[in-house]
Amino acid sequence: MGNMFRSKRFWLIAPAVVYIAFFMALPLMQMAYVSVLERGDYGGVNWGAFSVDAYVNFLFERDLMDNLVLNTDYIQIFVRSFGLSAMTMVFALLLGFPTAFYISMQSQGRRNFLIFLVTIPFWTNILVRNYAWMLLLRNGGLIDGVLNWAGIETGGLDILYTPYAVSIGLTYTYLPFMVLPIYASLEKLDHRLVEAAFDLGADKRRAMKRVILPLAAPGIAAGCILVFIPCLGAYVTPELLGGGKFMMIANLIGSQFGAARNWPFGAGLGFVLLALVLISMLAYSLKFKSLPEEKI
Amino acid sequence: MKVDASNPLWRFRGITSTAMLFFAYLYLPIVILIALSFNENRLATIWTGFTTDWYVVALSNDDMLRAAQNSLVVAVSATVIATIAATLAAMGMSRGRFRGETGVSAMLALPLLVPEVVTAIATLLFFVAIGIKLGLLTIIIAHTVFCIPFAYLPIRARLEGMDPSLTEAANDLYANEWKAFRRVTLPLLWPGILSGAMLSFIISLDDFVISYFVGGAGATTLPIYIFGMIRIGITPEVNAISAMMLLVSIIFVSVSFLIDRIRY
Repeated sequence: MGNMFRSKRFWLIAPAVVYIAFFMALPLMQMAYVSVLERGDYGGVNWGAFSVDAYVNFLFERDLMDNLVLNTDYIQIFVRSFGLSAMTMVFALLLGFPTAFYISMQSQGRRNFLIFLVTIPFWTNILVRNYAWMLLLRNGGLIDGVLNWAGIETGGLDILYTPYAVSIGLTYTYLPFMVLPIYASLEKLDHRLVEAAFDLGADKRRAMKRVILPLAAPGIAAGCILVFIPCLGAYVTPELLGGGKFMMIANLIGSQFGAARNWPFGAGLGFVLLALVLISMLAYSLKFKSLPEEKI
Repeated sequence: MKVDASNPLWRFRGITSTAMLFFAYLYLPIVILIALSFNENRLATIWTGFTTDWYVVALSNDDMLRAAQNSLVVAVSATVIATIAATLAAMGMSRGRFRGETGVSAMLALPLLVPEVVTAIATLLFFVAIGIKLGLLTIIIAHTVFCIPFAYLPIRARLEGMDPSLTEAANDLYANEWKAFRRVTLPLLWPGILSGAMLSFIISLDDFVISYFVGGAGATTLPIYIFGMIRIGITPEVNAISAMMLLVSIIFVSVSFLIDRIRY
């Protein structure tokens, strides 16, 4: 009986797991394999011909004499991506924590409604959300217009297609991921602990620093990871709000499958990005004994 | 946290104003976009009058309609396959703990963890390697992967909250497994299934990055079409199409949210 039971479970779970294993886990492994292959002369890859060019490529290029020369272009893109992602994470935290705190202090019905409002933009099209910011930020756009109308001559705001625009767009896109996990940990927080701190003479600042923030730490850490990681892999925002001039890692990866036609290099970059994600998830789960996603 | 809001000790400075700023930041772009889609002025920024002309222009654009049709075919196919697989998996996972459960959970969550662009290029390389022609079929296959976890989570949550003694009662009353499923489990589970299916549908309909890479040249979905239009320039027609996409998403998510709240 037990055996039959187990096998029935197996057949229930198998389709979903096998599907994801075949069409996602296997392709990811193949991507790692492609990254150590030679690039084909006309794009594509030479299957079976191994080469570490993709990884050498990241730091060096060959000059006319076939010597390896240090090339910092790609490192710059990585540094920019990490910088923009870190900035976005900080902005999102500054806006997100007070908001999550505010929501957690509302009545049950209001809380549900506000959390619903936080999640709606996540389900809308990412192109449309970024396009809306193009309308706001461009010269002669709404913000520019309002400033001029208020008597501040901008002479053209010139903010669209700059890193500032990308940063505003990234914060906008990933903000909900900061609020949800922080809210989840604040909601579970026992308010009596905070009141005890007050009774023991702590002022608000101290109660926040010594009681609320430490108890919300897993939520804050989860929020930071859930904002930082997708930011690192952002494709649409730099493409639209950066006007393609400010590449981030994902755009560099994408371009290897378009004009640049260097598949092994693209696969290598993809593998590095994936490794960064998995390492930060692992670090989080070792520290907090759960995955950041479980906090949502 | 359940606090007595009237206690002044709980009033932290700047909390309410930051929250207001947050919601303004979140919704201002959406409201402006929808407002501008009804603006008569071609230059889009100055309000000169209300019109629905841009919607008429958008809805009589054959290329746009073809792209929308492609998107629908993809979203419906991916949703059906993903929802069936997810429902079965959720039922399998709900029958108590077992060895390898962590691994199975990790596999089901994998599509949520991997950055979109990495999924996109890995899947593209895979299709090229096994020699499937890129097109709508490859988009459907790739969408089904990331739709499975979105369908799985609400169904699983619904099953967790279900009283196992109900199916046991059905078994005691001589219902066979299939009958117990059809007459007891399914009627209780359908809000979760419907909610999961609607989330899958919307996440597939809205996807751009993965479709863009695995679709090849011929298969243009609506987001790919919109991307092409935005690249060319800001026009009132793009505003109208964008506003329609926004509304479809918001309606679907709201309905899914309401269905999910239906009591057992």
